[in-house]
Parts: sequence; C-alpha cells; structure tokens
Amino acid sequence: MTLGTVDIWLIILGLGVGSYLLRLSFLGIVGSRDLPEWLLRHLRYTAVAVMPGMITPMILFPAATGGQFDLVRMGAAFATIAISLWTRNATLTIFGGAATLFALHFLLAA
Amino acid sequence: MTFPQDFWHGFRAGLPFLLVIIPFGIVFGVVATEAGLNISQTMGFSIFVIAGAAQFVAIQLMVENAPILIVLATSLAVNLRMAMYSASLAPHLGPVPWWKRAVVAYFMVDQAYAASILKYDDSPQMTPRQKFAYYMGVVTPVCPMWYVATYGGAVLGDVIPPTLPIDFAVPITFLALIVPMLRSLAHVVAALVSIIGVLVFSFVPFNLGLLLAALLAMVAGAEVERQITKRVAP
Repeated sequence: MTLGTVDIWLIILGLGVGSYLLRLSFLGIVGSRDLPEWLLRHLRYTAVAVMPGMITPMILFPAATGGQFDLVRMGAAFATIAISLWTRNATLTIFGGAATLFALHFLLAA
Repeated sequence: MTFPQDFWHGFRAGLPFLLVIIPFGIVFGVVATEAGLNISQTMGFSIFVIAGAAQFVAIQLMVENAPILIVLATSLAVNLRMAMYSASLAPHLGPVPWWKRAVVAYFMVDQAYAASILKYDDSPQMTPRQKFAYYMGVVTPVCPMWYVATYGGAVLGDVIPPTLPIDFAVPITFLALIVPMLRSLAHVVAALVSIIGVLVFSFVPFNLGLLLAALLAMVAGAEVERQITKRVAP
C-alpha cells in the first residue's frame, strides 16, 4: 500500500461519516412518513444485489492464491451453502464452513 | 418500567451473534494490519465505520492502491443496504426522539437490523420506546465485541501462520447471511444477476463493476417482484 497516514485517515473518516449518513438517512429525515413503493421495492433487494457479487471473485479467484482456482476454498463455499440450507442457522453455518475449510486445507496440503 | 425487560430480551437475541462477530472482527484486525495499517487506524475503521463488509472492501482497494474517491465510493456502495435498513426501521423507530434515532443509526449493523425487524414484525403491540430498548439490547453484546475482536486480531495478527486460508472467513460469513435471504424468486434472480454481472463487468477497474452489477440486480429483483405481484393480483 502506498497511501500515506493522512490519506488513510481521510478514508476512515470519510467512510465513517458516509456510512453514518446512509444509516441515518430514512430514520432521521423521513421519520415515520411513508416512502414510495417503487423505491422500497428496489431497496428490498440491496443486500442480495451487493453481497453475492462481492464474494463471487473471492470464491472463484482468491487473492491469497494469486487468483488461481482453489479446491479448498471452493469446497468450503459449497459446504457452507449446503450447511446453511440444511440447518437454517447462521452460527452452525459459519462454524461448519470454517471446519470444512480447515479440514480440506490440512487434508489437501498433507 | 418496561425498559429493562425489553432490553434484556434484545440482549439475549444478540448473544448468538458473538459467534459471528468475534471471528469476523479478529479477521478484520489481521487483514488490516497485514495490509499495513497501524493499531489506531485499524481500530478507527471498526469504531467509526462499524461495518465489516465495507471495511474489508476498503482495505482490499487500499492494498490495490485505488484512488481515495474510488475507495470511498465503492465501500459506501457496499453500505447502501444500510439505507434500506434505515427505511425499513423508520416506521418502527421513527416516533422515538431524534437523539435516540441518531444512536440507532450509529449501531445499525446487519445483525441488529435482522434481529430487531424480526421481533417488531412478530410483536406489533410493542411501543416505539420498547422497540428502541430491544434494539439497544441486541447491539449491547454485539458492537463492543466488534471493537474488542478487531483489537485482538490486530495485536495477535503476527502469530497466525500466513498459510492458513483465514481470508476465506469473509465469504463464509457472507454466505451464511446471504443464503437465508434467498426467500423468494425475486431474491434469487437478484443474487444471480449480481454474480453474473460482477463477472461480466470484471474488466471495469476498482470494483466499479460491482456497483453496476448491484444496480442491475436491484432492478431485476424489483421487476420480478412487480411481475409476480401483477400476475397474482386479479
């Protein structure tokens, strides 16, 4: 990283203020007034629109392997999805996914 | 007085999230310090930004030496979902005093939103004051442990063997959050458009492809929902 101290703090504070304003947005300004349905309809899909796209490259082209396909990470991703569908429990899913990740890591590295 | 009761109900609902928050916070502390941030900068992220996903995206772009404006725009795009949470909570917490809404906004993390909205939908008889108490109960175990875990990761970072695939705790945590969100065809379509979009737009620099993919995915999800509603309605 070539960023200087001032740049790093600019990012931290800019991101902090920006995130806070996003969080406050409707709660602070709109209060208990109703929002237009078309806007709510789009906002409902924000999480599923952003998060899968965020992790797709991390699963397919992990930076830690120099972007090379990695059986350990791919296997752990599939196991995590399967455990989530099976248990419907976030805690079990995270522990199960992590356990699979480390199990595959040590099995395939040996 | 109802405050303590609702607060403790929320506290109990928030406790299981520690199993997510602690490893996630440790990983952030490790990743941030390995990227070259010092302890106060790492803690600055977790205290001022207090949003795991956006923090990871910011660190990743900083490592790639992206311009500051791109780091900010892309990370804030990841936090756009907070505006959705804010809109969703407004009918429930809108009536509480302004300073309380300001506190709610600061602690608005995925877990706090998810646990609270579930409770509010189940218990429509709750007053705004009780809903606020419940929300504060949920965040009380979660948010302070986010700071503590970040600090732990930042300090212990060097003792974790670099060959361990610890980077992958992030996708695992996100998969655990995303899969339960896929509760309708519209949600599934939005997720698929997001995945395909990010691959199609992978040539776009500095994660801006993610922004494009996310916008397309939101439109796709909203449109599928509109079509299905139209078909169901006579």
